[in-house]
Amino acid sequence: MSVATERRTDLRYRVGLNLRAVVGRSYPRIVGANREPSWIFFEAFLPLLGIAAYVFIYQFFGLQATAAILGNPPMCGDHVCASVAEQNQYLAAVNANTNALIASVVLGGTMVAFWLNVLWSMASQLYWEKEIGNLQLYMMAPMNRMALLGGMAVGGMVMTSMRAVSTLVAGIFVFGVIFQVANPLLLLAVFFATLIALYGLGMMFASLYLLWGREAWNLSALMEEPIFFSSGFYFPLGGLFRIPGWGPAVAIAGSFIPASIGLDALRQLTLGSTAFGGSLWIFSVTTELEILVGMAVLFLILARYCLAYLETLAKREGKLTSRHQ
Amino acid sequence: MSYAVETRDLTRVFSGKKKRWWRRKPTPDEEESLGPVTALDGVSLQIREGELFGLLGPNGAGKTTLIKILATLLLPTSGQALVAGHDVTKDPFPIRQRINMVSGGETSGYGLLTARENIWMFSQFYGVPSKVSKARIDELMHIFGLWDKRDAKVRMLSTGQRQKMNMIRGFVTGPDILFLDEPTLGLDVNAARVIREYVMNWVRGQAGKTVLLTSHYMAEADQMCDRIAIIDKGRILACDTPANLKRMIRTETTFQLEVDTIRDTTSFMSLQGVKNFSHKDDISKNRSHLTFILEDEGPVAEILSSITSQGAKVHSLQKSEPTLEDVFISMVGRGLD
Repeated sequence: MSVATERRTDLRYRVGLNLRAVVGRSYPRIVGANREPSWIFFEAFLPLLGIAAYVFIYQFFGLQATAAILGNPPMCGDHVCASVAEQNQYLAAVNANTNALIASVVLGGTMVAFWLNVLWSMASQLYWEKEIGNLQLYMMAPMNRMALLGGMAVGGMVMTSMRAVSTLVAGIFVFGVIFQVANPLLLLAVFFATLIALYGLGMMFASLYLLWGREAWNLSALMEEPIFFSSGFYFPLGGLFRIPGWGPAVAIAGSFIPASIGLDALRQLTLGSTAFGGSLWIFSVTTELEILVGMAVLFLILARYCLAYLETLAKREGKLTSRHQ
Repeated sequence: MSYAVETRDLTRVFSGKKKRWWRRKPTPDEEESLGPVTALDGVSLQIREGELFGLLGPNGAGKTTLIKILATLLLPTSGQALVAGHDVTKDPFPIRQRINMVSGGETSGYGLLTARENIWMFSQFYGVPSKVSKARIDELMHIFGLWDKRDAKVRMLSTGQRQKMNMIRGFVTGPDILFLDEPTLGLDVNAARVIREYVMNWVRGQAGKTVLLTSHYMAEADQMCDRIAIIDKGRILACDTPANLKRMIRTETTFQLEVDTIRDTTSFMSLQGVKNFSHKDDISKNRSHLTFILEDEGPVAEILSSITSQGAKVHSLQKSEPTLEDVFISMVGRGLD
């Protein structure tokens, strides 16, 4: 071009361009999504009902165990309590375990918000963008495709964090859960590593959903409820390993979702590694943090290559621009 | 000569839907529609820098496919397309920095954002600093008459307001080359006029700005474009200035008739001296508007006789100077509608 404007292509320009793109794409999620106050009801209050169901079950088990200990004869496990001291020891253990289980559920219920956001808003987002006509405008822009996914992820993380914190605070007040955080820095590191790994997985799914289109809905539906179970959203995942036969297989499969490992580490850091007698944890917190960082890097790299490959494929097949093509 | 857009023997074939074992066996008619479709068939075009170039063609002619290839959204099957001197297949980044695209009836953006926020968001994907972007948005909103709606949520905007917002989105990134795909589709007269005037001033008021416009409105293309290409079935049939295109058929005669609605129009093409013919029915008035491109006035009597023999009454008969629509009918063999 002779008269047309010269355009910058240097590294500083490219970094600035992609940072602006991340901010731009995260804006609708952070600002737009909070414009409707109905989210407080649907995304902070309603999840509490799901959590409440598990809390009541665990409270019921706790009450039953307490009734047995205080019964006549007082039972300490599978034998009659030998002394009042043993009886008090068992009562304290039941109380501690009940609180730990309820706290596990509240934490898990909070993490469910992130998983659902990854599954329905992150993974399927490019498919939606294509349906409403935004995708071709994104793909025509000079920004890096990872900036687009990054903006979606950052927006999703911030938006969902607001919802998750609301659920967590409500859970603490409503169910009287007690958390003991000994290492807040490690807790933050695990939390962010979990989110980056989780949204990295979402970014990878987003690329695949672009190829599969509507058929990908089935995959999302398939990955909702079963993952709640196999990833231990409502119970410590280590419990599954103790079930002979299918238990360990399901737990290992569920562990490929970063939320499983992340949740296990977060529970250890907020309940203490000695909770549940220290027998229901998968790995130590540091090992789990290392796994999460590894997953984050792996999923981000895979997302980058999946999107680049699928963009080329979609441009070749004419699937990128319009739902009719 | 510096070209903003250049295509060489550009072809695009859509392979059609693949047969899958779980899909119902298609009927023969469906089988045909599922097969490969040649959307572009050896298109060679040169659009000069600073030109407002029009692309006219019926639905399915390949206009949108061409624009999408030029906008780096679709790969050509064969041939080459250069935008701002860069190959769309090999070097899309510098192209993307310089282009933008607006389509008619577009529903892009997010309903929960305001019009201003929505345009700002898209400007960020081009790296426009927020301060610059917001100043441009405000200026363009005044020009397009959207200032009053700047803080209205996108989902509350009317079709016309939304299209104005889309147009602002196209200009706010400061492109050198703008692809406008039916930009005034479905707009009222005033909204369409505002858009047309701005586009013409944008191209002619500054150096190095180029627009590739597709339109269904012949008068719009005639008024706006420096040159026009007529495309049908993926092939460029003619490419010249509107005046030269009209001159091409000046040796022919155009007659327009308004008659009672007639059923049989097939016989007209068999009349000697009729080069081309199109018709539009106005069901509400029970009338048909017929346009004939004739070699000379000779066949007029036969045409009138053919119409009256069907029991239809002729309400008006007019000989007219060739318009772009006549050129189109002469080349494509049918009108746009």
